[in-house]
Amino acid sequence: MSSSIIISSFINGLTVGSIYALIALGLTLIFGIMKIINFAHGSLLMLGMYCSFWLFELFHLDPYLSIFINIPLLFAMGVLIQKLVINPVMAAPHYIQILVTVGLMLFLENVALMVFTRDLRSVIVIYQQWVFSWGSINIGFTRLAATILALILAALLFLMLKFTKFGKAIRATSQNKTGASLVGIPVQWIYLLTFGIGTACVGAAGAMLIPYYTLDPHIGLSFVLIAFITVVMGGLESFGGVFISGIVIGVAESLGALFMPGSMKMVVVFTIFILVILFSPLKNIKEQG
Amino acid sequence: MTDNRSNANRRFPWPAQVGLLMAVLVPLCLVPFFATEHIVSILIMMMLYAYLGSCWNILGGYSGYLPFGNGAFYGIGAYTSSLLFIKAGVTPWLGMWLGAVLSSLLALFIGLISFRFRLKGVLFAFITIAFAEICLQVAANVESFGGNIGVLIPLKGNHYSVYQSTNKAFFYYIILIMLAMIVLLTRLIEKNKIGVYLVAIREEERAAEALGVHSNRYKLYAFMMSGFFTALGGTFYAQYFMYIDPGLMFGFGASLEPVLRTIIGGAGTVWGPVIGSVVLEVLSEVTRSLFGEISGLHLAIYGLILILSCIYIPQGLATAITNLLKFPFLRKMEPF
Repeated sequence: MSSSIIISSFINGLTVGSIYALIALGLTLIFGIMKIINFAHGSLLMLGMYCSFWLFELFHLDPYLSIFINIPLLFAMGVLIQKLVINPVMAAPHYIQILVTVGLMLFLENVALMVFTRDLRSVIVIYQQWVFSWGSINIGFTRLAATILALILAALLFLMLKFTKFGKAIRATSQNKTGASLVGIPVQWIYLLTFGIGTACVGAAGAMLIPYYTLDPHIGLSFVLIAFITVVMGGLESFGGVFISGIVIGVAESLGALFMPGSMKMVVVFTIFILVILFSPLKNIKEQG
Repeated sequence: MTDNRSNANRRFPWPAQVGLLMAVLVPLCLVPFFATEHIVSILIMMMLYAYLGSCWNILGGYSGYLPFGNGAFYGIGAYTSSLLFIKAGVTPWLGMWLGAVLSSLLALFIGLISFRFRLKGVLFAFITIAFAEICLQVAANVESFGGNIGVLIPLKGNHYSVYQSTNKAFFYYIILIMLAMIVLLTRLIEKNKIGVYLVAIREEERAAEALGVHSNRYKLYAFMMSGFFTALGGTFYAQYFMYIDPGLMFGFGASLEPVLRTIIGGAGTVWGPVIGSVVLEVLSEVTRSLFGEISGLHLAIYGLILILSCIYIPQGLATAITNLLKFPFLRKMEPF
């Protein structure tokens, strides 16, 4: 096996990883505030991808432009879900919170199955064929564009959390709910908006994935598992940590595909997943868990 | 709580309980003699899921640890007995025990590492999913396990000795016995100290440990039992349908379906899995007859019911009925 193949798949891993990181950022934002792991996160990603797909199919809207429709749409959906489904179980025992999001996942996935059928979907756009070559190393344009967009969005999210008053309120709520409400932060609103922002992240990620990813209603579970590994591995408070671990997972998956036959690459990912869960230094997620 | 319980027992002395049980069991035994084949097959699926739900309930319901990867055991049971039957000619009646032992060893392994590292809640749920997914990938990618296409079990005719029959009544009685056994086992667990320990772990693990409960040991026992009996269910499925594939046996759906039924019926109760299974099976039959075969419809409805029941009756139907009718039979076990 020549080294250029390995380098190519390494770079592919980097590009996939940055999308994973964006998805994981949404999950960690929601977990950080509400201490709920949203099993339906991957299903919301699936909805985001269908949204881009149909916008392209019906109105010939470029997938990258559909980001601007996906973000507000999924944001609204997240707010609605928080209000109707998550809020009523905020005080419930932990296993009820897990089950409610599992129910949500099941509902979204199968509604999508009913409405959009089992058919595999993908878009056909001209720039799918564009490839940047450097020596014998090739990178597709769609992957590169997705990476750059994911980086930009993650940076924007980071700046918002770090430097705006709203971001400060979010961080305060995640550190201490009672304290935050004592100093006058409307905690209920923060819940709603954070869930919306977390969901908007997968809306954007969906639009970036659709140019090079084949879509069906069942992709949600594998994405939520990967996002969860990324979160556990990266650390909850650490924005950079989540991003780096997303990239590590992407690279591991991509290199795993080189050395393992068929879909066995997922075995590599899941083995890493198990090891990460076992040896994670994150005591807080263990205690929350 | 103790007072409540003795009151309940006074109102429902054991002969009444046995009588009630007989009133349910005897008609169930006679069903295959007069019911149509369609009804028998619905009842078989209902009982299979009630059985699998009860297996899940041993750990998931009583101890509060939620394994979402019981598909791993289900699949191992089905694959072990079927592959032994096809490749070595071993009758599934023997093969199923080997599958069950393998499954409980896997449960032991998963349990040892996750309890050693004190994984709880979401982390435990996710690690069991990961193991089930690994099993799925292995089964789908290893050619001698049948790969993605799955395994077709050859029909040897009406040979009861190889766990085969063209008569549905045969399977009906097997699953009825299996279900009766697992319900009895759950009841025994509840009556014995292991049940009390598991409930104590669910309610406050550290306090239970401080009082001298070897929490890891009892969680392991429960998990291994759960894996063992789930595998027997897997063999039953393989012999009944005579076809298995990785997605059917190891997939997340296979893990989730029994869990859903148990939760909706009432986790941590003896009859919860049975009630949940009856309710959901009837519901899915009704939707099927109203709307025809739309793939995804009945699971979407399950999801909705799960959300609603988590919000409005988080303790499950069995407990809700108990509270409504003061019917002690379905009571959820509480810490004392």
